[in-house]
Amino acid sequence: MAASQVLRSEWTKIRSVSSTVWTLSLAAVVTIALGILISLLSKNEFDRMSVKDRLSFDPTFISFAGMSLGQLAMIVFGVLVVSNEYSTGMIRTSLAAVPQRGMFLSGKITVAAVLALVVGLVTSFVAFFLGQAALGPHRASIGDTGVLRAVIGGGLYMTLIAVFSMGVATMLRSPMLSLGILMPFFFLISNILGAVSATKKVGRYLPDQAGSKIMQVVTPLGDDTPYGPWGGFGIMVLWVIAALLGGYALLKKRDA
Amino acid sequence: MIELVGLTKRYGEKVAVNNLSFTVRPGIVTGFLGPNGAGKSTTMRMVLGLDHPTTGDVRIDGRHYDHLKDPLKYIGALLDAKAMHGGRSAFNHLLCLAQSNGIPRARVHEVLDTVGLTAVARKKAKGFSLGMGQRLGIAGALLGDPRILMFDEPVNGLDPEGIHWIRNLMKSLAAQGRTVFVSSHLMSEMALTADHLVVIGQGRLLADTSMADFIQQNSRSYVRIRSPQRERLLDVLHGAGITVVESGSGTLEVDGGKPEHIGELAAQHQIVLHELSPQQASLEEAFMQLTAESVEYHAHADTPHAPPEPRREWGSDWKRGA
Repeated sequence: MAASQVLRSEWTKIRSVSSTVWTLSLAAVVTIALGILISLLSKNEFDRMSVKDRLSFDPTFISFAGMSLGQLAMIVFGVLVVSNEYSTGMIRTSLAAVPQRGMFLSGKITVAAVLALVVGLVTSFVAFFLGQAALGPHRASIGDTGVLRAVIGGGLYMTLIAVFSMGVATMLRSPMLSLGILMPFFFLISNILGAVSATKKVGRYLPDQAGSKIMQVVTPLGDDTPYGPWGGFGIMVLWVIAALLGGYALLKKRDA
Repeated sequence: MIELVGLTKRYGEKVAVNNLSFTVRPGIVTGFLGPNGAGKSTTMRMVLGLDHPTTGDVRIDGRHYDHLKDPLKYIGALLDAKAMHGGRSAFNHLLCLAQSNGIPRARVHEVLDTVGLTAVARKKAKGFSLGMGQRLGIAGALLGDPRILMFDEPVNGLDPEGIHWIRNLMKSLAAQGRTVFVSSHLMSEMALTADHLVVIGQGRLLADTSMADFIQQNSRSYVRIRSPQRERLLDVLHGAGITVVESGSGTLEVDGGKPEHIGELAAQHQIVLHELSPQQASLEEAFMQLTAESVEYHAHADTPHAPPEPRREWGSDWKRGA
């Protein structure tokens, strides 16, 4: 069984269902639109900001503000790519065609991850340029130190969010259960842990908080985060690897 | 060829498949028969490597399923007609399967044509009727032009025309020298299509025999007699050295007896007969008897002392089904 065959097969699968199109376009539209909106609001707010806030002002990061909501669509994409197989019963047909389960899973995740990366990078660049246009005089330039890294990082961040969701969905199989755990985790729990000072130190090791560090260009004043942009990214990668290994171990062991 | 050796599957305490050993040979249709819940589907999933056996082994042409290169070219299976993504078109469903096994795209059109779905190839599978879904599943099984085909309850829910089509398809596949392994819970269905019979009940092998032998051994013929002078008749028959079985509701049964002979005996002794009829036990009844002890879900589980009435329900059921 050649890996290229599995990749082609998974590409046919992913392009032939409508959920791929609507989840990915929703992720892009929400991220970009919300980013522009918040960039506009920030521009108008700038003159009333304190000195401390002005020094921490990070135009690049502000243009990615829409990602907090857009990533939810990315999570739905990742979950559906995997759990569609289970909820429809297609998994049996798929595993009968590709009995090497590691090959099956890696093929599926590679195709979905590459697609998420393409959409993520386009989204990230568009969100950056439109966001900077909205920021007007306070804008950052793509040539500024760390900005290109942050913009590419935005695309990588969205990809990893999707891949992490694929790993979790492989473990849990059910789309409702997967979304029921991932959505509140990223939208509520992570934010709450990050906002409360007592749990802040724990919260910043969560995948989204660690990973989003890569989109920051200006480190906020008084920020004592013990890792840099790539350090945070590395932490997120570890989360993703853990989710994938968990998914693989269960897929390998379980009856289909 | 499919070889099962000591195949066992346990779910906790429950044994779904119990030490099953048999071989499915090429060139014939092998029927895999058993009541609902006997372990047929579990066995078939283990053949495809979907479920892991607790102990034992299954080999396809001498190899484990996951060691087959491009398995769809060795064995094609229809396990569940609904095992597909409803939002995907029939063509794309088959295309993704073909690509995973290096099967050319042209073959997708061929099998769609074979099963008669060319006209709806671009339609989403969720709009398909059960029969169309079944045909699409069969198209998937045929995709790799495999030497071995396996169908789990392929006629379930089909209209008579669909059933006829599947029967002929299975026979023609076997006639081409392929191995055809098909499960059913209907003896009547197997009698029409299978050359060889593997019967299981509660996961255990009950019979592994040719269809002809099974029919010969199990089609019991007997004479049914009803008489108001039952005691006298019994005496007369015993006196003539005829063994009589008393079945329920006052009727008598004589195995292998000739109605002429019994009628003449009764006339000689001036015994009134209300019924004297030659009977042929159906294969369905033979199957019922074979699996009686191993039926998992009895229709009257709460009334264990009731007479064996469910038998009749069985017969009427398969007659409707056939």
